[in-house]
Amino acid sequence: MSVLVYAENTAGLFKKATFEAITYAFDIAGGAPVIAVAIGPASEEHLKTLGQFGASKVLHVDNAAFQNFDARVYARVVSDAAESINASKVVLANTYSGKSLAPRIAVRLKAGLVPAAVELPAANGIKRTVYSNKGFADTITKTATQVISLTPNAYKVEGGKADATVESFTSSVKASDYKVSTIEVKKVSGKVPLTEAEVVVSGGRGLKGPENWHLIEQLAESLGAATACSKPVSDMHWRPHDEHVGQTGITIKPNLYIAIGISGAIQHLAGVSGSKVIVAINTDKEAPFFKIADYGIVGDAFDVLPKLNDAIKALKAAN
Amino acid sequence: MKILVCISQVPDTTTKITFTPDGKALNSVGVTFIINPYDELALTKALELKEAAGSGSVTAITVGDASTEPNIRKALAIGADEAVRIDAQPLDAFQVSAMIADYAKDKGFDLIFTGRESIDFNGGQVGGMIAEMLDWPSVNVINSIVFNGNKATIERDIDGGREVVELETPMVVSAQKELTEPRIPNMRGIMAARTKPLAVVTPASSELLTEVSTLTLPPAKGSCKFVDSSNVQELVDLLHNEAKII
Ligand SMILES: Cc1cc2nc3c(=O)[nH]c(=O)nc-3n(C[C@H](O)[C@H](O)[C@H](O)COP(=O)(O)OP(=O)(O)OC[C@H]3O[C@@H](n4cnc5c(N)ncnc54)[C@H](O)[C@@H]3O)c2cc1C
Ligand SMILES: Nc1ncnc2c1ncn2[C@@H]1O[C@H](COP(=O)(O)O)[C@@H](O)[C@H]1O
Repeated sequence: MSVLVYAENTAGLFKKATFEAITYAFDIAGGAPVIAVAIGPASEEHLKTLGQFGASKVLHVDNAAFQNFDARVYARVVSDAAESINASKVVLANTYSGKSLAPRIAVRLKAGLVPAAVELPAANGIKRTVYSNKGFADTITKTATQVISLTPNAYKVEGGKADATVESFTSSVKASDYKVSTIEVKKVSGKVPLTEAEVVVSGGRGLKGPENWHLIEQLAESLGAATACSKPVSDMHWRPHDEHVGQTGITIKPNLYIAIGISGAIQHLAGVSGSKVIVAINTDKEAPFFKIADYGIVGDAFDVLPKLNDAIKALKAAN
Repeated sequence: MKILVCISQVPDTTTKITFTPDGKALNSVGVTFIINPYDELALTKALELKEAAGSGSVTAITVGDASTEPNIRKALAIGADEAVRIDAQPLDAFQVSAMIADYAKDKGFDLIFTGRESIDFNGGQVGGMIAEMLDWPSVNVINSIVFNGNKATIERDIDGGREVVELETPMVVSAQKELTEPRIPNMRGIMAARTKPLAVVTPASSELLTEVSTLTLPPAKGSCKFVDSSNVQELVDLLHNEAKII
């Protein structure tokens, strides 16, 4: 028995969601080997560090032809790796690419898939979120092999183990198997990606208009946070659509979510209620957001935000 | 352009979710079921693509029991040419995907559309599974899709940005918000839907790879601690010292 982890990388760099997945894989392996598979060019230095989180070996597809993401091709590589080490479990981070790969890998390996897992396996199965964070489902797989796609920010990162050995890996899939060609990648630079952010500052219709968003952005900058918004705000084009969180937007699970001028409609909460700590700032003391918030200020955003930003800046400067 | 759109039926977005006492199922008393919002976008975009191509057909397919018929009729009213209901209780993404892939495999579809995820089970699994079963390429969470002959140019979300990709039919794609605005059925559509074909298919087999053992609600939140708006410093202190989050 062994556990395979898909070590997603962007241009050879690994991120927190991958470290969480490796830590999780190590914790479920119960001493069995944890092997990572990484696709595309990456330095030996970076690959070795995956061992710190618990991978004893990294299988590396060191081939520039595999740099771009084609879910069909990548799923074949990961499944081949799983078969080559006889893995009984495959762990991925439930990121955009993880979500594209996990179902394909599950079919290839004829394995039961637990998507959006948030906890370690227990007697009842693995806990995952359902009904847009309004519930959990303990899920059992009925197959010899299991695929687990771990929600980012749901599990700890634990380093401090030994470096991994790096081995080159060649799968049955060839560069000519690509069907999806990548024409252009538009990275939003200089901004914390919303899905990975530990702190999120979010604004709603209470902010009155796009011209007031500097208040949100300044606070986010002081906190090293990402910015988000409610659906009407992106519908009115005050903010880009990829900032829209909620039932029909994206689901996030930061450590801290600060909701400013957002009423707290059930569809909005669906995307953010998994946040560890919630702060709501709203002029209306009856706003539904206060029912799920941990901390609240009943007040005018235009008055509170500058003061809050100053206090945060002072705290950050002092620490 | 021959397009298949996968439609799932989910509780209305305003539903207060509760589970049956044994924790095995949604308490569906008083719950209104709707077409999954992302699937509505997929359906609308499929119609737009057919119209842009000037020919073709849009088939809506659902795996579900007879109670899903009002929603599949709604898909016809929105504009699908025909509908298929695979008569089974959807219990597992692999089961649903295998049934849809089995239906689709010899029908000559150019494109299979799903939603990015169903808002009940949120797995986002079915599209990728169908694609793998058919050995087709798949592109998830797309923001735009334009065809030039059989080649599609697609913009999709990736972590921390967007990506433009190109690929040829057949393919599986999943819809998300920015793709289009959902179409509302009009009176003519509703009338026409009554006479459009709705085939009920019995699945050849039904295999489940997973099972939900218990459904639970999130733990109740403690009450909100209020800080006076004239004393925001207190909030910062609480976040720093009590919540230890900043
Ligand atoms: C199918 C469906 C899906 C949906 N999906 C989503 C989704 O994914 N995400 C989402 O967000 N919504 C979604 N919605 C919309 C949702 O129902 C709400 O309409 C929306 O969340 C409200 O946005 P808001 O809180 O910004 O605006 P409002 O509800 O207008 O709230 C504004 C708030 O700001 C407060 N306020 C006003 N002035 C100030 C001030 N100066 N300072 C501080 N506070 C102030 C007000 O008291 C109020 O509480 C969906 C709806 C449907 C039907
Ligand atoms: N029972 C079903 N019948 C038809 N299509 C479905 C069904 N369940 C899910 N789908 C499709 O698969 C997508 C993703 O669903 P899920 O994998 O459940 O998150 C949905 O948006 C639908 O397009």
